[in-house]
Amino acid sequence: MSTLSMNLAQFAPALPEIFVLVMVSLILIIDAAVDDSKRYLSYVLSLLTLAGAAFLTARDLSSMPVLTLGGLFIDDPLSDVLKLFLYLTVAVVLVYSRDYLRERGLYKGEFFVLALFALLGMMVMVSASHFLTLYLGLELLSLSLYAMVALQRDSSVATEAAMKYFVLGALASGMLLYGMSMVYGVTGSLALGDMAIALQDGTDMRIPLVFGVVFIVAGLAFKLGAVPFHMWVPDVYHGAPTAVTLFIGSAPKIAAFAFVVRILGQGLESQVIEWRDMLVILAVLSMAVGNIAAIAQTNLKRMLAYSTISHMGFMLLGILAGSQNGYGSAMFYVLVYALMSLGSFGMILLLSRAGFEADKLDDFKGLNQRSPWLAFLMLLLMFSMAGVPPTVGFYAKLAVLQAVVEIGYVWLAIAAVLFSLVGAFYYLRIVKLMYFDTPHDTTPITNSPDARIIMSANGLAILALGIVPQPLMAVCMHAIDASF
Amino acid sequence: MFGQSILSLVIWVPILAGVAVLATGSDRNAALARWVALAGALLGLIVAVPLFTGFDTSTSAMQFVEKASWIPAFNIHYHLGVDGISMPLILLNSFITVLVVIAGWKVIQDKVAQYMAAFLIMSGLINGVFASLDGILFYVFFEGMLIPLYLIVGVWGGPNRVYAAFKFFLYTLLGSLLMLVSMIYLYFQSGGSFDIQTWHATTLGMTAQTLMFFAFLLAFGVKVPMWPVHTWLPDAHVEAPTGGSVVLAAITLKVGAYGFLRFILPILPDASHEFAWFVIMLSLIAVAYIGLVALAQSDMKKLIAYSSIAHMGFVTLGIFMFSPLGVEGGLVQMISHGFVSAALFLCIGVMYDRLHSRQIKDYGGLVNKMPLFAAFFMLFAMANAGLPATSGFVGEFMVIMAATQVNFWFAFVAATTLIFGAAYTLWMYKRVVFGSITNPKVEDMRDVDPREILLLGALAICVLAMGLYPKPFTDVMHVSVVDLLAHVAQSKLP
Repeated sequence: MSTLSMNLAQFAPALPEIFVLVMVSLILIIDAAVDDSKRYLSYVLSLLTLAGAAFLTARDLSSMPVLTLGGLFIDDPLSDVLKLFLYLTVAVVLVYSRDYLRERGLYKGEFFVLALFALLGMMVMVSASHFLTLYLGLELLSLSLYAMVALQRDSSVATEAAMKYFVLGALASGMLLYGMSMVYGVTGSLALGDMAIALQDGTDMRIPLVFGVVFIVAGLAFKLGAVPFHMWVPDVYHGAPTAVTLFIGSAPKIAAFAFVVRILGQGLESQVIEWRDMLVILAVLSMAVGNIAAIAQTNLKRMLAYSTISHMGFMLLGILAGSQNGYGSAMFYVLVYALMSLGSFGMILLLSRAGFEADKLDDFKGLNQRSPWLAFLMLLLMFSMAGVPPTVGFYAKLAVLQAVVEIGYVWLAIAAVLFSLVGAFYYLRIVKLMYFDTPHDTTPITNSPDARIIMSANGLAILALGIVPQPLMAVCMHAIDASF
Repeated sequence: MFGQSILSLVIWVPILAGVAVLATGSDRNAALARWVALAGALLGLIVAVPLFTGFDTSTSAMQFVEKASWIPAFNIHYHLGVDGISMPLILLNSFITVLVVIAGWKVIQDKVAQYMAAFLIMSGLINGVFASLDGILFYVFFEGMLIPLYLIVGVWGGPNRVYAAFKFFLYTLLGSLLMLVSMIYLYFQSGGSFDIQTWHATTLGMTAQTLMFFAFLLAFGVKVPMWPVHTWLPDAHVEAPTGGSVVLAAITLKVGAYGFLRFILPILPDASHEFAWFVIMLSLIAVAYIGLVALAQSDMKKLIAYSSIAHMGFVTLGIFMFSPLGVEGGLVQMISHGFVSAALFLCIGVMYDRLHSRQIKDYGGLVNKMPLFAAFFMLFAMANAGLPATSGFVGEFMVIMAATQVNFWFAFVAATTLIFGAAYTLWMYKRVVFGSITNPKVEDMRDVDPREILLLGALAICVLAMGLYPKPFTDVMHVSVVDLLAHVAQSKLP
């Protein structure tokens, strides 16, 4: 009896994950039983799942790391904060996507189930303290995403994107596994904590270790979409249904951040000299290619895809600092990025309607005349992406820049701001289209009120956090400090 | 009741008024938007008055200080305060904002609320620039003001407005981003502080000072604008609506010169002395060469834009003379140029509203149809040329005197402006106002209406008052300038 209760207590920190898993299975069953007129059940249940998981996570906020399930799973302030933001992000994605999915016949249980499975994968990634759980979470996320990209079966673009995503994603996973196995060979452990201890005093097997680190970093770079491993990003963002692009562009970035920080910051912390230079190259290339290639795009989804690449480069700046200050800054960056990404892809969804995708730059022409409020929100989002104060995007850039200046990489900060200057051009162009040009499409914009309210909150949050950035920044810094 | 937070009011009243104007909505409520905007602008001016009446001219310390923790994670504070250098600029800005709102009263018929709101919000942000004592706070205001200005140029500007708006935005952003990196570097050098006054006391090696000097120089030099990074200004001016031109010339250019005094000189004194020759050279080129360029313009707005660059060259020249006479001369020149350039752009606006042309050749013989206007225009043209008894003379004279003390040839080149300035301004005046009427459309032009008389009259009073009795202005800034120069004279090398 006592052993059983001991075993059950072990599962307590993973309660949100278990809850989500149970609910997904329920939704899967319920959805199979109801007809199209009651499809809203899946939607409502999905939102309830998120609310329930948020409740379970918030009820049990940890002030220090708790390792459980034999060292596979960790519950620390970092994972709590990131999970709460994951729920929020996914919930916003669902609200934005509802009308879009319905108009395209994608309003089915599959979307919700896959999204929640992806969420579960992300939660596992965020809470993993072991190579096995990290990989497990990553694959659960990736497989769900592959299927989501291909959800629109009749679209050849979407199918092609899914295929590309799958092949390249599998390759990346392979590289990651290969690197992990090498590191395992050197340290004799798959648990991040044991690995860090084993590497603390140096090792005589330097070559295999460095090789392992190289493969791991390459695998991570694939998942993040950092240059030169970025080829899939524009095609997948472009090809996937916009609702799925919205999903891929927001929540998984948060999980990817956790993934990178867990492996590099916690497991391979002592090897910072080995991976820092690689990240420097990845970051500089990402910022360069992302920002320059974005200029040439005429499709907003593609443009935002390249913009993602450059933002991931910026986030890497924080991580490569290899300090708690740096990780905290990167965390702030990625949360802010998720917020901006939600807003800007969400805007495409809000402007789309049955049979019409508002994903070309020209579709934003004269938005100020069609809907001044939406144009204003998009203006905030674009200036935030460009890092112009008083929007929150500025503080995100400030945070990562100070992290690299702190470790003495002033030149890197200069390179970063110069590339962000290039980036400012194409964000300004969106503002130009909305405000300076006249619309060529004057169809009234209709949205459901809930999507409109959430979009308003999303855009105003960009401004509000820009005027009062301290709370979010403090949460990030605290989460990192308490988890390392 | 609000005695402790005058500076906050000066910043936030216009911004909140701008939001209120936006709330009036579409063009159906245009009249309401205009009145709300005027009320907001007037209120913004009224709350700024105590800054002048309550100002203590005997101290160089910051006054009306407010300090509150803002972003503790990076030790960033909401820290405001003014001294004799920044206070007059805040007053100037609040005053010009009222004029701009009145100037756009009839001309702007499209998206009125957004137009008025953009100006009010920008006015608040610019006050914030002048009042900030925290580096990041300064940067937020400094960058934030680009957004409304970008929209003003791009939405209500002339045919080539998109090009001008992009050029203006990206040019200024380039400079400020490098400044941001410098600020972050200073943050670590000063032991984790973004406080500008702490930076004033931070020791810095020569290499660091040199690199930061050029970063700051680019940031503020673009704003001033100094030759050769001035090319955005004529484009922006020509394409901007009248109000935009007024604010650009009268206020935003001053932000750059203000940055020299608040950042470059006190934080980097050794590099400032080392590279003073470089700034002086650029300033003299601006004064002499740009003066000649102005002579060749056929577009009135472009002519005044180039004249602005030449006049701002005087400001930077005066600042880098490192003498009270020079710096005060530069400051007086800044205020004076604020009045004169605003007035000249308003004059051009008056003509443009009637004839829809900015080309000098389209005019001629205006004095026959608009005698009152011609008189006002004459006064401002003379002030621009630096005629004694107008404000334009005082600053130029002080700077030339200061330059004579340093090097005769500096003064010699600078003094050419008295010739070129008179040449391009008066020649333009002659071609526009005198002669016989060649363009039949000029026959139909009405003289200025009461609203325009109010605008031009207010500025005429300022120009004459400052020209006849500049002492109140120099008194306000004197102690702060002397203290600043004492600070700059000390080396900060470790």
